[in-house]
Amino acid sequence: MTLRTKSHDMGMHTEQLAGRTQQRFFSPEEGENFTYPDSFEVDFNKRAEFDAGPLSPKEINLKLRELMSKGYGTIVMKNPGAKHGVAVGLLNKLTLHIEGSLGYFGCGLIDGPNIRIKGRVGWSCAENMMAGTVIIEKNAGSTFGAAIRGGDLVCMGDVGARVGIDQKGGTIIVGGRAGAFCGFMMQRGRMVILGDAGKNLGDSMYDGTIYVGGKIAGLGVDAVPGEMNALDVQWLTRKLKMYGLKAPNGVEKMQKIVAGKQLWNYDNLEPTEKKIVL
Amino acid sequence: MCGIAGLIHRGRTGDIGTEMTAMLQSLKHRGPDSTGYALYGKPLKGDEFMLRFKLAEQDDMKKGFDIHHQVVARRAEVDKRIKELGGKIEEAEPATEYAFRYKIAFGGDRRRLADYIEDVEGAEILSMGHGLELVKDLGDAARVAAQYKLKGFIGTHALGHTRMATESDVDIRSAHPYWAYPFADVAVVHNGQLTNYWNGRRALERRGHRFMSNCDSELIAVYLADRMQQGAELKDAMKDSIEELDGVFTYLVATSDSLGMAKDTMAAKPMVLYESDKFIVLASEEVAIRSVFPHEIDTFDPYEGEVRVWKSS
Repeated sequence: MTLRTKSHDMGMHTEQLAGRTQQRFFSPEEGENFTYPDSFEVDFNKRAEFDAGPLSPKEINLKLRELMSKGYGTIVMKNPGAKHGVAVGLLNKLTLHIEGSLGYFGCGLIDGPNIRIKGRVGWSCAENMMAGTVIIEKNAGSTFGAAIRGGDLVCMGDVGARVGIDQKGGTIIVGGRAGAFCGFMMQRGRMVILGDAGKNLGDSMYDGTIYVGGKIAGLGVDAVPGEMNALDVQWLTRKLKMYGLKAPNGVEKMQKIVAGKQLWNYDNLEPTEKKIVL
Repeated sequence: MCGIAGLIHRGRTGDIGTEMTAMLQSLKHRGPDSTGYALYGKPLKGDEFMLRFKLAEQDDMKKGFDIHHQVVARRAEVDKRIKELGGKIEEAEPATEYAFRYKIAFGGDRRRLADYIEDVEGAEILSMGHGLELVKDLGDAARVAAQYKLKGFIGTHALGHTRMATESDVDIRSAHPYWAYPFADVAVVHNGQLTNYWNGRRALERRGHRFMSNCDSELIAVYLADRMQQGAELKDAMKDSIEELDGVFTYLVATSDSLGMAKDTMAAKPMVLYESDKFIVLASEEVAIRSVFPHEIDTFDPYEGEVRVWKSS
């Protein structure tokens, strides 16, 4: 199996996009970026299940770590009970199935795992995600995908307000409706809302692209309609197909929202790297 | 931060005391300072009212021996004043040493009765209603529920609140829910901050309304009471509040047969909702809803500026 095939099997991306996006995608040839120095070597064919019902959030997270340290690459978590801060800080390749709902800050600060949640998630799901995929089968609360830098974050249902606030990369997909202030101060990456979007969409966005399949209640300051081109259609078609989603009126008829003027003052460097240079 | 919760059974009753305690206990991390309940039991008919009042703060009871005698004297004075205005005390039960539950028959002016009772030193009416019983005290839900014997309280709907004091003192007076004086059976719980509190309060005081605390949440209860006094329906009054109250807030309101929720236009404060034909449950966090549902359910967040009202029948 080639590295490229292996990475695709793990749900990671290798595509390089043209255009204004500055998101850097995973490259299977860059071995040093594949794992963290202290990450665990896991086998996806080794599967474990545990009941999170009687455990505290801290105990749940320690349990995940313990299972990964034993080489389990596929873990099923049962009865999470909408607890907060569950499945956070996972800097490992891992397939995690969560059979239930999560509370606040679920799957935050992750880099690499592929997570599927059968229930709903509370506020700030996958905040600061670096890479991997998080798929939510039901609805999500507000500040969904705040400040994510990479990976795919997908909610099949409706989400609350401020989706992708401060988004710095990656892709957020909302299967249903989204609330107000989505994409507020968005800096990079892509956001796809298949249903209606609330007011002040893309307010003060620096860069990045928002696609909306339904009605937009109103655009925020500096957010303007962009022109859909063949690359947008191609990317949307491929991305939605990956997650079994469809635009209600076809991807060609989706609205594209971009930053109205160049508010950013950076190049390929991340803001923190820029600081070092300066 | 504060945690709020509400539930309403439709076309049936339930053990709302136990249900609300479970919800509020799971929201304890949002506010450990005080816990409050607005419970709607079997409604009394005609001129009969359930009166909940306190004659001292919990903290006052620790300040010397004399306060115990003072509370006894204050209670005798309250009894005297109820009778003086033509009321009849049908049942009288001390919920704690400083808080009381009376069933009274009273056909006169409720505002006058409330003002006369609250003129007694330390007295505050927590609620006066046909179905509403408002209970609030310092501590978490388990403690308050045990103290006031709320397990097994049968009713149709309820509100609850766990408070983290940010805008006013840690005392019963500043605890939620708030009764919408002098309207029977109207109570409010709130999570957030109102930034036009003093302007709103002064305007309502000029219209003759009284405020018992300096807590911004009380403004919502009095505002809704004022709008309904002018003939507005509950839902319309709530819609007006979205425009007129400034700040970030989510609040729940209950009347004798309804439960409503409103969320500000910024959607800055959380609310999760579960709705079925027979049972509606709302809370600041899903973990509270899960505490009354052992099985998997579908929940969602109401949107910015949204107002919803459900009836118990």
